[in-house]
Parts: sequence; structure tokens; C-alpha cells
Amino acid sequence: MNMLRAENSRSILTLGLLSGAFILFTGAVGMIAAFHEREVVDDVISLGQLLLLLAPFATGFVVSDRLRASGTGSLLIISSGVAVGLLTALPTVIMLLFNSDEYRFLLDLTLKLIPFVAATYYAWQQYRIGSDQRLIIGSWLAIVVLIGIVSFSFALIFEIKGDLRSVLPNISRDWVEVVTFDHPKELMTGIATLLLVSAGAGAAGSFMVLVPPIPRQALLYGLGVTLLVGAFGETVRLILQENVDRDTLKQIFRRDTLRQDPALMLFIVSTVAGFLWAMFGQQARQGFANLEPSRRRMVNGVGLLIFAGILLMLPWLIGRTLSDVAVTIGIFVLMGLGLNIAIGLAGLLDLGYVTNYAVGAYILAVLTSIGPLGRLDGVFTFWMVIPVALLAAMCAGFVFAVPVLRMRGDYLAIATLGFGEIIGKLAISDWLKPLIGGAQGVQAIPKPVFFGTELRNPEQLYYIVLVASLVTLFVSIRLNNSRTGRQWMAIREDEDVATAMGIDTARAKLLAFTLSAATGGVAGAIFAAKVGTVFPNSFTVFISINVLSLIIVGGIASNPGIVVGAVVLIGLPELLREFSDFRFLMYGALLVIMMIKRPQGFIPSKLVSHEIRAGVNAKAAAAAAN
Amino acid sequence: MFKWRTDDFSWVDFTIDVLRVIIVLGVVIGAWNTLSSGRISLAQWVNLFAAGLSQGSIYALIALGYTLVYGILLMINFAHGEVFMAGAFSTVFLAEALNRTGFLNAQPLLAILLMIAFAGLVSMSVAILLERIAYRPLRGSPRLVPLITAIGASFFLQYTFRGLYGSGFKAYPGVNALQGAIEIGGISIPVVQVFVFCAAIFLMLCLYWLVERTRVGKAMRAVSENKEVARLMGIDIDWVIMFTFGVGGFLAGSAGVINGLFRPQGVNFYMGFIPGIKAFTAAVLGGIGNIPGAMLGGLFLGVIEAIGPNLVLAGLGIPGANQLKDVIAFTMLVLVLIFRPQGILGERLSETKA
Amino acid sequence: MFDKRLRLIGVLLLFSMLLPKSAAGAGCDDPLGCVEVGPNEPIVIGAMLVVSGAVSYLGEDSLGGVELALLRRGEELLGRELELVLEDSLCTAEGGQAAAQRLAADEAIVGVIGSSCSSAAQGAIPIISGAGMVMIAPSNTSPSLTNDNIDAGGSHLPGYFRTSHNGLMEGMRNAEFAMDILDAAAIATVHDGDPYTEGLARVVADTFADLGGDVVFEGAVNKGDTDMASILTEIAVSEPDVIYLPLFEPEVNFFAAQMQHIAGLEDVDIIGGGAAFVAGFPENTGEAAIGLYVSGPKVSGEAYDELLAAWDEEYGGTPPSGYHAHAYDAANILLDAVATAAVEADDGVLLIGRSAIREALAATENYPGLTGNLTCQEESPFAGDCATGTALAMFVITEAEVYDDNWPPPIAWNFETEPDDQAGD
Repeated sequence: MNMLRAENSRSILTLGLLSGAFILFTGAVGMIAAFHEREVVDDVISLGQLLLLLAPFATGFVVSDRLRASGTGSLLIISSGVAVGLLTALPTVIMLLFNSDEYRFLLDLTLKLIPFVAATYYAWQQYRIGSDQRLIIGSWLAIVVLIGIVSFSFALIFEIKGDLRSVLPNISRDWVEVVTFDHPKELMTGIATLLLVSAGAGAAGSFMVLVPPIPRQALLYGLGVTLLVGAFGETVRLILQENVDRDTLKQIFRRDTLRQDPALMLFIVSTVAGFLWAMFGQQARQGFANLEPSRRRMVNGVGLLIFAGILLMLPWLIGRTLSDVAVTIGIFVLMGLGLNIAIGLAGLLDLGYVTNYAVGAYILAVLTSIGPLGRLDGVFTFWMVIPVALLAAMCAGFVFAVPVLRMRGDYLAIATLGFGEIIGKLAISDWLKPLIGGAQGVQAIPKPVFFGTELRNPEQLYYIVLVASLVTLFVSIRLNNSRTGRQWMAIREDEDVATAMGIDTARAKLLAFTLSAATGGVAGAIFAAKVGTVFPNSFTVFISINVLSLIIVGGIASNPGIVVGAVVLIGLPELLREFSDFRFLMYGALLVIMMIKRPQGFIPSKLVSHEIRAGVNAKAAAAAAN
Repeated sequence: MFKWRTDDFSWVDFTIDVLRVIIVLGVVIGAWNTLSSGRISLAQWVNLFAAGLSQGSIYALIALGYTLVYGILLMINFAHGEVFMAGAFSTVFLAEALNRTGFLNAQPLLAILLMIAFAGLVSMSVAILLERIAYRPLRGSPRLVPLITAIGASFFLQYTFRGLYGSGFKAYPGVNALQGAIEIGGISIPVVQVFVFCAAIFLMLCLYWLVERTRVGKAMRAVSENKEVARLMGIDIDWVIMFTFGVGGFLAGSAGVINGLFRPQGVNFYMGFIPGIKAFTAAVLGGIGNIPGAMLGGLFLGVIEAIGPNLVLAGLGIPGANQLKDVIAFTMLVLVLIFRPQGILGERLSETKA
Repeated sequence: MFDKRLRLIGVLLLFSMLLPKSAAGAGCDDPLGCVEVGPNEPIVIGAMLVVSGAVSYLGEDSLGGVELALLRRGEELLGRELELVLEDSLCTAEGGQAAAQRLAADEAIVGVIGSSCSSAAQGAIPIISGAGMVMIAPSNTSPSLTNDNIDAGGSHLPGYFRTSHNGLMEGMRNAEFAMDILDAAAIATVHDGDPYTEGLARVVADTFADLGGDVVFEGAVNKGDTDMASILTEIAVSEPDVIYLPLFEPEVNFFAAQMQHIAGLEDVDIIGGGAAFVAGFPENTGEAAIGLYVSGPKVSGEAYDELLAAWDEEYGGTPPSGYHAHAYDAANILLDAVATAAVEADDGVLLIGRSAIREALAATENYPGLTGNLTCQEESPFAGDCATGTALAMFVITEAEVYDDNWPPPIAWNFETEPDDQAGD
């Protein structure tokens, strides 16, 4: 048996404490207590407890994987897992002590010691590398003062307030109950339980490393699938209830909670599937790669056909609620494809895309409403207004483009952001209230009627969005390969050079803004018809931000990327609905993680990623980062 | 046929000219109507102007954070409004505690200094963490990518602080020493507004001194000029960037406290979003990347917001004029950018920065 | 992660397609169908509130009210456990629609408490009503929601009820208060672009003008504004006797606090709407709040003190907004209606007819709620209004609320009961 290397023990310490900080964070923002209300598997484990177990498990796995790579023995690996588990529980344990009546003095003491300990540690480090003495003393003093201001202030706050809960409301009794595994009264027993459970989970994580790869993959796969189905119980139930009769559904789910037996069955089935995939997946992929090109094309064609079929059948497969989500996604795909013309192709950073959306929605609302504001008595139908909305949005895009033609980069961004705000404020204003309803919006917008059928359900509206998206996709692809498209790309790369090459940049930019606005108008009109009412508070800067984000997340200037981006960014918050309070917290975190992991987007456009990376400042920054 | 070209006489130029004339005419007619009707007295105008200056100086303090980061990384730190919120929200508890012990009214200056330091350090930590976790891995990626990260971080920070401190509104306690008003020639200006303005100006002067007169300031300027060369000169670029975020964060946090003295109510997790956008606008208005520009832009925006609706819109007979103050502000922004596409004090943009 | 999910869904779908589908509802003769609750199954209530965004405290407030109402019954009804399903309706029409789709897809839900905002209700009602469900709003005030004349902007649909006061009712009473009690001749109204505040401001202005008063200023601020100096200056120039201010926190705090700095507004009274009827408002505004009038439900007495104590016990502190009592009442009348409509079948299954719930709710009469006696009306423009206005009161904020955490404030004026509100007696 060999000893732990220094870097390994350091990684145990840092990763363990990081996952501990994560657990404490989720507790302090209230996630753990709130997630405890949701059971992943009936009467077995709640989402909150799962969170408590998953962190040490995953960290234990990662740490042990590193240890094994450096040739550490199995006993040491398991004990490192235990150590990671204990470290993960540590911050929570400390917070539990701070929160209890008997040990509250520790909080005060700790806060007052922190600056001195931190400063002394830093000074010692400096001393070891032989820094100048005056510098050491100076930095010691500086750190004591800087950290001292913060930590003594916190000490004062907690002392005056009396307890943690009046500042941090989520360090609550519910939280204590969950993290002590239902021993809120006997604190020490609770802490011991937490430490034990966490250490166990850490050990289990490191044990996974010792399992041979194929069964490990199968096991992890089975576990992952079961827990995901449990965690997203509501969504799974919504899909299942379309296809299963009520009694069977009740046997699988108790409300939105997976029952024990089906969970076990699911675990076994998915583990076996995972096992098979681990065994033969590689071979299958290899086999596909070895096929003749014509065969491969055939397989791809069949895949495409199945995909098209699913797209056509989607509303039946996923049911009304998720169709509603699909329609919203479609509306954003439309806007994404439109904005991509400005941002992706012509490189014009437009932060005011909501303008076009609002114009489309209000045009449809005012022209078709059968309420007091629709003065045309329903003469216009949805289908007649769609082209009107499209033209109106194009006009708006044109009008707003003229003053900003000379602006570049961030100046353009803020000017267009301003236009978005102006439109929003005008929509809500008392000034235009007689025309478009002001704060009260426009109500009583009839649903589209298609050959006598009123398309009132999202399942039906889905097809309108689908057709509109496909048409836009087609136009967009054609534009991409057109002469104008190449002019835009030239402008995107370097406007001065484009001008020098004889491109009429003013005309090309105007065209980009105008065309980009068109689909926004259609999307707005469909949105108004879908919701049936239009309120000005639907048209905020968040629409613009969302559309921009989905383009970047999907992969700029890449049409399939935009579709994926819309599915992820619009679908994700809907999927995360089950985590009600925390969905935007998780959404924000996922956005950051996605960008760090895949800065070029999910499906990057090959051309663009090269071009953008070659930008002058990117080069300089890259050099700086090295 | 129209001529589209922008290098000689063109249709676009003509349209822009027409637009300029319309906006200027609207402003002049509105202002003339209002002033000639004499509804609002001179004292009231001065009061509005003073309130606008105070509000504007807070915008300016936040705008400096945008501009500092932009100057160095050419990126829009969209989450900067949340950095402001972090300091302001955390310090509300300290202010309450200081008020409860009586220290706040016994030693107002010391207490406010402590609060500013505390808020500044909290915001600074948030800003530095933000840089370290969310932005550093993305240095060198396409410019829009950090923008999206910043938007994600903005959501994350908002809901984190909501989770930590709860979603209700809190308010800063009143400071007795800042109550009352100063009388100058029959016009009374609240003491707190004078204090806010002076404090903000003082902080900005400190920043100016830091950037122009110290070694670290020199390093910051060097990095913003050319990272490659700065690195060859032995400047630790990572450290300078971190320092820049820290300084911007400190200013935002202190703006949080100053804002809390000026507008004590409405402290919650969402309080940073709108000031963030306004400050961003101010930074662009002044010429982004330019420190005096951010100050000027902030003050300009604050004043426009304060007097614009009453002066122009009410004069044009538009109902609900105050509702449309952002319309005035952004129209002025576009107008300024039409005349000076690089902002009030910005440098002419070369293709490297655009 | 996503391809795993897709694969998983695929597997589940294949698995599920093998199973037969059957028609539901044996033994139920309700025209809108029944909710069947098996012997060991819970009775499920939906909630559709604003959980995220700038006004999420509204949803938190109402959710607390609903939860405490369930808790008071030991989370049990008819021997069944009570379960609450919460959906985030945001404060927008599309958010309401999305939340409603989810709730409508859950057949076990007997009724919905929500939404927080009138705009969300506009998006949600067609779906909730179409699914045969009922929806009781704790904080909707838009008059159009209970008006069924489309040409007048009405959008009422069957199944919609509310325990909050109709803006018409509250606005009219507030205007009367300004005219008759405060003896005001000139009024200024301010809203913030929210349908709620805009509606109230308009009703007050119209009523005040009808009563012979002078509306000297109708203006608006934006949500998120902190600087009220410019609108206050305009108001000062118009010289009103009273300002009607139905704004939410924090705009209402800024407005009240900054009024002190404006010359000419020293003697002007402020009447706040129900949105300012919050324990935190006086405390956050400081001494500027003293002497302000706030209209709200007459929530006083032992029952309300108990609710506040339960709130402190359960969540700590005081409720973040003024609608928790409405939400509490809404949950109670819903649960009572469910209890009335439920029929126990032979096999221990509880059959709860959807139209029976509607009828039971519509028949609610003189229910002694925290917010006064509730009688659900049926005639447009009050179709579905359960708050009759009898319990609307005007409170005046004193030093005790600002400095000593006292809540609710003393009642300045109790609205008299009008004869037609007692028609049910």
C-alpha cells in the first residue's frame, strides 16, 4: 500500500470542502428544505436528501478516480471517499452548531477569529517563500482590517438580531430537520447521522471507481435514469398520462412521485439497457461507421424520416401541457431565426428585438379583437393579419434601423436596447391607451379558425408554429447562401473593409434589420393569438435577452443550433418548473456552466467559430490568458 | 432610385437629419410650452435638478464598474447591477444593527464609513468571484459569449440573494444628521442630496487618482491599451483584471450604501436590475471605457430623467408624462449617439473595438 | 444528459403503448365530470401564484395564507390528506396560461387558488374554466374579470371566483371616502402601469368626478422608479387636496417618503390602495408614513391575530403583503365547497363533481371570513365576486405601526354596508 501524494490529499481537501460549500449553499438558499417536500421515490428518498447524498457521492467518485489514476491502493481509495464525505458534511455541521442555542457563541468567536487566522496564514506563506519583512507585516495588517470589517460586521449583525434565521430565513427548522435526518431535537445525534450518511455516500462514490468499467457504466446509467425520472416526475407523468390509462398510471406514480416497485423495475431495466449499451454500443457505432456510404445515407434517411414523423406527431405524444411548451419554443425559434439574420449573419448586436415581437402582437390584437379596442368588429381573421403583422414589423425594423446605421458594437446594442424600452413604455402608457389599451392591454382576441375549426388548443396551434418555423428556416438557409448573405458576412467581419470593397453597407444593414424584424412580427402575432390577450408587461427586455441567449447557446449563425438553443433555453425553465422557487437560480447557473463548457454553442456553425475567433481582440485576450 | 451610399449625400443622411430636427423641435416646443406657462417655479426646477444630480451620481458610480471592465476586457459585465445589489442588500442588516445600537446616530460619519467599507468589500468579493468563476475561463472566446454568461450570472445572483435574505422589502434606517435641508437664496436642498453628491464625487476622484497616479493604475491602463505588451513588461494580467473587477465592485457596493441613504426603501434582490441597465446606458452615453465619460453620462442621465418629463413631455401635452421618462432618456441617448456615435467623451472607434 | 432523457422517454413510451386506455368516470353524473379520490389518495388543491420575479412576495404572501388554511384543518378534509400543488404563474398572461395548462392536466385537482395578478388570470381562465375547474383569486382586482359583457371589455367565464375586492368596489369606496370623509374637492391619482393600479386609479378618478369632485392630476410612474421628485412636483403644481396612490411596495414607499421634500404637499392626504396594506410598509417608509390612509380588508380580531401568530410560527416574521387573509378565505371556501360537493361512493371512492363545486361556491353566503362576510354573487359586473365590500375599511397609519411593529393599524373609517350587498339576507 502506498502513501497519499501531497497533491492528492490537497485535492481531497479542496474538492471535499467545495462540495461541502455547495451543500451549505443549497441549504442556505432554501433548496434542501424545499426539495425535501418532493419525493423522488415514494417513501424512500426525497429530492432534498438526494442532494445531500449526491454531492459526496459524486465528489468521492471524482477524487477516487484521480487517486486510482495515480496508482493508489483500494483501501486508501475507500478511505479517501470517507474523508470526502466527512468534509462535505463539515460546513453544514458547523452551520448547525451556529444555529443551535448552546453553541451560538461559536459563531461570534469564529467570525472574530477569521481575519486573524486568514492574515496569519497568508503571512506565514509569505514568510516561507522569504518575502520582505515589512511587506509581511503590512499585508498581515491589511488583511486583518479588510476581512475584519466584513466579519466583525457580520458578528455585530448576528449579535443584534439574536439568531441566524432573522438574517438568513432559510436556515430554518425545516432545513435542520432535513440535514439531521429527522433528529432536530437531539443535535449531536443528528450531526452524527449526517456525518455517517455523508461518509457512506462518499465511500459509495469511491467504491464505484473500483467496479470494472462496464458494470459501473451500467449501474450509473440505471441510477441516473431512475433518479431523473423521479426528479422530473411531473413531466414524466404528463407524458405518460397521454398514453397510459389512469389506473396503470396510479400504479406507477403516486401523484408526481415514482412508486417503489416501478422505480425498482425502471432501475433494473435501465441498468440492463445500460449494460447492453456499454457492451455493444461501441460495436454498433463502429458497424455504422464501417457501412458503405450509400447504406449509411439510407440509415440516416430513415432516421430523418422518423424524426420528421415525431415532429408531426409531437402533440399526440407529449400531450396538451407540453404542446403548450412546444408552441412557446416554436415562437422563440421563429424569433431566433429572425434575430440571427442581424446578429449571426450581419454581426449587428441588436438588443431590442422585443420591438418587433410587440408590434406583431399588438397589430394582431387590435385588428382581430372582438372586445372594445378591436374597432373592426372581427372583420379581419388571423390569417389575413399575419402578413400585415409581418409587414408592420418590417416597417418598424426599417424605421428603427435608420438612426443606428452608423453606430457600431456596444453603442448599437445600447441604442437598440433603448428602442425596446421605448416600445415597452409606449405600450403601457396612458398616452396610447385609447388605441392599444395601455396597462389593461387588449382582450378577447379570437383563436385562428382553419376551415371552420377553431384552433384553440396548443396541440393545434403547434402546427401553425411548425409551418412558420419551417418556412423561415428555408428562407434563412437560402439567405445564408445568397449574395446578400455574403455581403452581410463581409460586414460582420470588418465593416471598413466591406465598404472599401464596394459593398453598400448602409443598404445591406438596413436590409438585415428589416428582414430580421419580419419573423419577430409573425411570432408576436402567433403569441397574441395563443394567449388570447395582450398585456404590455409581456414585452420586456427579457424577451430580447432570451432570444439573444438562445442564439449564442445554440451556436451563432447556425440554424439547427438556434432550434436546439430554443428547446434548451425555453424548454428548460418549463422543465425546471418542478423546482418552482429555484428554477431561475438553476437556469442562471446552467447558463453559466453551458457557456463555460461549450462557448461555441451546442451546434456551432463551422464558418463562424473560425471567423469570430480570429478577431483582433480575441487574439490579444487569448494571448493574455496564456 | 435612392442613393444608399453613406459617403456622399444620401437618403440615410437625409432621414437622420429629419429625425434630428423632429427630436430637437419636439424638445424645444415642449420646453417652451412648459416654461412659458410658468407652472413650475424656478425653485422647483432647481430642486428637480439637484435630485437628478444625486440620482445621476449614483448611476455614475455604478457606471464606472461597467466602464472599467469594458476598458480592460471589452466586455459588458451585465451582472454588475447584481454586484450593486449584493452590497446594498447585505448592508441593510448592518445598518439596522448599527441603528439598534444607537451608533448610527451617535457617530453618523463613522457609521456610514463602516457601512460603505462593508458594502464595498461584500460587492468586491462578489465581483471577484464572478470574474474568477464565470469570466476568466472565457477570456478569448467570441465577444457575445461572456455577455450570455453575464446574463446567466445575473439571474443566479438575484435568486441566490433572494434565497439567502428572503424576498421581502427592507429599508435603510434614517440618519438624523442627514435630515433637513440647506437654504441657499430661498431654495432649499435636502442635506442628504448634498451628501450623496459629494460622497459620489469624492469616490470618483479617488478612482481617478488610483487610475492616473498610482502604479497599479498605470498597470490597468497598460493592460487596457495592449495586453500582450503589458505582459511582456512583467505585469500580472490576471491580477490586474481581478483588481479592476474588485475596484468596480467596491464602487458599486458603496453606491449601494449611498443609494440607501438617498432612497432608503425598496431594498430587495431585484433592486440592482434597473439601476444596472441605467448605469450601463450612462456608461455608453459618456463613451464606454472612458472614466470621466461614465461620470458625465451618469449625471446627464440622472438630470434628464428628473427634468425631462416635466419639461418636454408635459409641455407637449402628453398624459402620464412621468411614465415616459425612459422614453425621453433613451431618445436623448439615441440623439447623442447620432451626433457622436462614440459617446460624449469616447474615442473614435476603430474596427478593433467595434 | 439530454439524449439519455430522450432514450428514457422513448423506452417509457414504448412500454406504455402496450397498455390499454380506458374511459373514466364510472358512477359520476356530474355534467363537468368528477374528481375521483380513492380510499388512500389525497384531495389535491392547485395554487397558481407568482413565485419568481420582482413581485414574488405577492405569491409568497398568498401561498402562506393557503398553507395556513390547510394547516388549520390539520391538512385533512373528509378523512383524506390535503395536498397543495403550486405552479408559478408569474405576473403575465402567458405565465398564467402556462401554469393553467399544467394544472388543468392534473385531473386530481379539485380547484385552484390563484392567480396573483389579474393579467395572469386573463391568460389562465379560459383554460381553467374549459377544464371544468374552479379558480378563486386572492388578489385579482380587475373589474373585467367578473364582467361578462365582452363589448365592455369583460372577460368573465364560469368557474372564476375571487375573495379579493373588485376594483370597482374598492375604487368607489375609496373615492367616497376622499369626498365625504376627507372633504376633498380636488384629487390626484397615480398608477404604475400595472393593470391593477391603473384600474383602481381610473375607477377612483371616475367616481370622484361623478360625485362632483375635481380630478386635477392623473399620472403614472414606472415599476422600478425610485425617483418620484418629478411627478411630485407636477402634483404639487396641480394643488390637489388628496392623492390616491394604489401603488405597490417599493414605489409607494418612495412616493410617501419623498413627498416630505416637496413644497406645497405638506397638507395633502394620501390614500393608499390595498397594495400598500402590508405590515412592512409603515416600517420601511419611516415617519413619512404616519397619517397615511390605507384601504384594506377589515382584518382584525382574534381570528386574524391567530393567523399572524401561526405565520410567525411557521415562516417567521410578518406576511410580506396584504392578501394572505384573502388567500386564507379563498382556501377555506374552496375546501368547504369541496366538502359539500363530495359524495362517498360504495367502494370508498370519493366522487367530487366539478359543477357541484361551482354550485357550492356560488352558493357561498355570509361565510364569516377573515376579510368579512363572503357572499359569492352571480350578476355581472360582479359575477364571481365573493367579497361584498362590507368589510372594506380605511386604516390610518400611526406611530405604533412605524416604530413598534403594530399591525393592523387602527381603523379610520368603516365603510357602511350598502343595502344591495345584503340582498342575500
